Amino acid sequence: MRKGIFVGFLVLVVPLMVFMACAPEAVVDEDVPLEIQMWIGLGGELGQRIEEMAAEFNAMQDRYIVSVVEQGDYEEAMTSAIAAYRAGNQPHILQVYEVGTGTFMGTRQVIKPVYELMAEAGMPMNPDDYLSQVTAYYSDLEGNMLSFPFNSSTPIFYYNVDAFVEAGLDPDNPPQTWPEVEEAARALVATGNYSAGFTFQWPSWTQMETFSAWHDVPLGTRANGMLGWDTELVFNDDVRVQHLQALVDWQAEGLFQYGGRRGDAGPLFTSGDVPMYIASSAAYAGIARTADFEFSAGFLPYWPNVEGAPQNSIIGGGSLWVMGGHTEPEYEGIAEFFAYLSSPEVQAEWHQFSGYLPITYAAWDLSRDQGFYDRIPIHNTAIEQITLNEPTENSRGLRFGMFPQIRNVILDGMEGALTGEMTPQRALDQAVSRGNELLREFEQTVR
Amino acid sequence: MVGKRVIFKNKGLPYLLMAPEVILVLLFFIFPATQALLQALFREDAFGISRVFVGLDNFRRALRDPLYVRSIQTTILFAISVAGSTMAIALFLSSIANNITKRSIIYKTIIIAPYAVAPLVAGIMWFFLFSPAVGVISYGLRDFGIRWNHTIVPGHAFFLVILAASWQRIAYNFLFYLGGMQSIPDSLVESAAIDGASPVTRFWRIVFPLLSPTTFFLLIMNFIYTFFETFPIIHQLTQGGPSNATATMVYRIYRDGFRGLDFGGSAAQSVILMAFVVTVVALQFRFVERKVVY
Repeated sequence: MRKGIFVGFLVLVVPLMVFMACAPEAVVDEDVPLEIQMWIGLGGELGQRIEEMAAEFNAMQDRYIVSVVEQGDYEEAMTSAIAAYRAGNQPHILQVYEVGTGTFMGTRQVIKPVYELMAEAGMPMNPDDYLSQVTAYYSDLEGNMLSFPFNSSTPIFYYNVDAFVEAGLDPDNPPQTWPEVEEAARALVATGNYSAGFTFQWPSWTQMETFSAWHDVPLGTRANGMLGWDTELVFNDDVRVQHLQALVDWQAEGLFQYGGRRGDAGPLFTSGDVPMYIASSAAYAGIARTADFEFSAGFLPYWPNVEGAPQNSIIGGGSLWVMGGHTEPEYEGIAEFFAYLSSPEVQAEWHQFSGYLPITYAAWDLSRDQGFYDRIPIHNTAIEQITLNEPTENSRGLRFGMFPQIRNVILDGMEGALTGEMTPQRALDQAVSRGNELLREFEQTVR
Repeated sequence: MVGKRVIFKNKGLPYLLMAPEVILVLLFFIFPATQALLQALFREDAFGISRVFVGLDNFRRALRDPLYVRSIQTTILFAISVAGSTMAIALFLSSIANNITKRSIIYKTIIIAPYAVAPLVAGIMWFFLFSPAVGVISYGLRDFGIRWNHTIVPGHAFFLVILAASWQRIAYNFLFYLGGMQSIPDSLVESAAIDGASPVTRFWRIVFPLLSPTTFFLLIMNFIYTFFETFPIIHQLTQGGPSNATATMVYRIYRDGFRGLDFGGSAAQSVILMAFVVTVVALQFRFVERKVVY
């Protein structure tokens, strides 16, 4: 046994050490294309499509090779990249979900801002070309884009058209306000064929973050953290408490079914069991593939007693961050790749394939000219919803340090109320104070 | 036990023979543990650029957090539930399997099989069986008037992780109990039978006491299992939710450290967990081992 370990040590570790000692230093060679590593947090068809886009770019020129590595989900990709950064071998490009924005902005030395990258490569970006509701989330106060918005989506209100007809509801006029959703849910449940009226995915994103922007109320002070790290969370006011209380009541009445913290609620809608569903606009393709009923989508519902609602919805999804510590020629290659990604044709194709929002006006126009929105009007619904009004301080975006943890705190609060452990007011009060502790901690590490 | 001294002529040889073990312990236990201890004293940003010494602040923060205290309670309740249910069921199954003479290998194989399933795969399997959206069992339960939804009902979630963890663990317990029973001399049981003891009496008065070393060993192993190795199951089934009902100590370490990127806080929690486990095992040796007859 002991001998086995010793032999194993000799067999495994010694050659490894020899191998590591012999590994050659990277040599820069003009004729060999430079490799650009891109880590993504999307899998399946979307991940494959990104690999195809990189392959197309590689075929277009011979100086750079973009290699795409799937790193699990967004959180895993971000954690791996951070670990890689600490070890000094970070990727060139990293896809980060919107919640990670604050983490990267808080430590500016680890990133290469995209506007700087493009300007240095002689390909400056014109912010007017981009949908401001998309880019604002990833820009600094001067409107400079710090990361490249790649796949953004916004929650919309899906509904089962067949179920609406069956329950005697007008399928061309989906409910617009929460009281109307309640009525529709009651009528749908009354048919006896549905286990609940509505459900939603990503509760914090759809029912707290987007909900707040849509009702023009702040999630945190200082323009939701955009103006400084000394922001404080304030989502325990009447508007949010009223909504959470309504969800608790509707759950008790059987009108609403909770479907988990992430995207797990999807099958409830696609199996035809729950006929109304608030989910990402990028969920369209998946729903269309699995649902055997007709469905449509409308704007998110709002509370008519809240002044300023509906405002505009905010985005979620991923953006591409360029990591620091790489060489000048590599950055030039990244800039070329980004220029390729934001060309109207590539953008429009990606938008139409994935259901993510177009990031440039040119790609939006091109898709319209190609008749895309006549075929699938749902995608236009999403764009109209984020551009419904000029964004206010409350609806531009969110920038909190430790946001991944704050999101968990928000979910703890919502679940605390929905499990009946505490009142919505107490649940949100507690979430606000726990979240603020995290913000203060982050402020300390930023200084 | 009589001591036996081996005397080496060569003074260097014993150290050389010890070396692999010592190196392994140093490399895979002492070194990471020291790192965790050190990291627990600092607060740093995700990328490790700014690093501030904060003393015991990370520990204070964890122990003051009511949710962390709750995760300790959850862990204890979880460990007792899993250890209790698996040991009871495994004892029952092995006492039956021990009496089967024909084709016992088939029954044994079936009972042991779950142990060969990777915890993550087991988690996925239970997830699909009980998923409120597509689960076969959750649909079946509707006929009994139970609206199964472990995403929002804490009791459902807690029951589900206990079920999944125990299901896997029964095989391990079964193996040891069966081995223990087979090593009990038949003569003891037979002489009790001749004296007129019923099968139940024979079990409780002879077999069970003789199994006490096995029971004690399994108790400790099951506790350690629930403390550490149930992580994939919880991750797959509930992610600690709803409302932290299934967030055990080890799951919180993962969530705060690897998802939340709070390395200092997470390291402090892992030091607390280490101390906690050492205490629990020490208490078991102190108070439970007394009742064990070797």
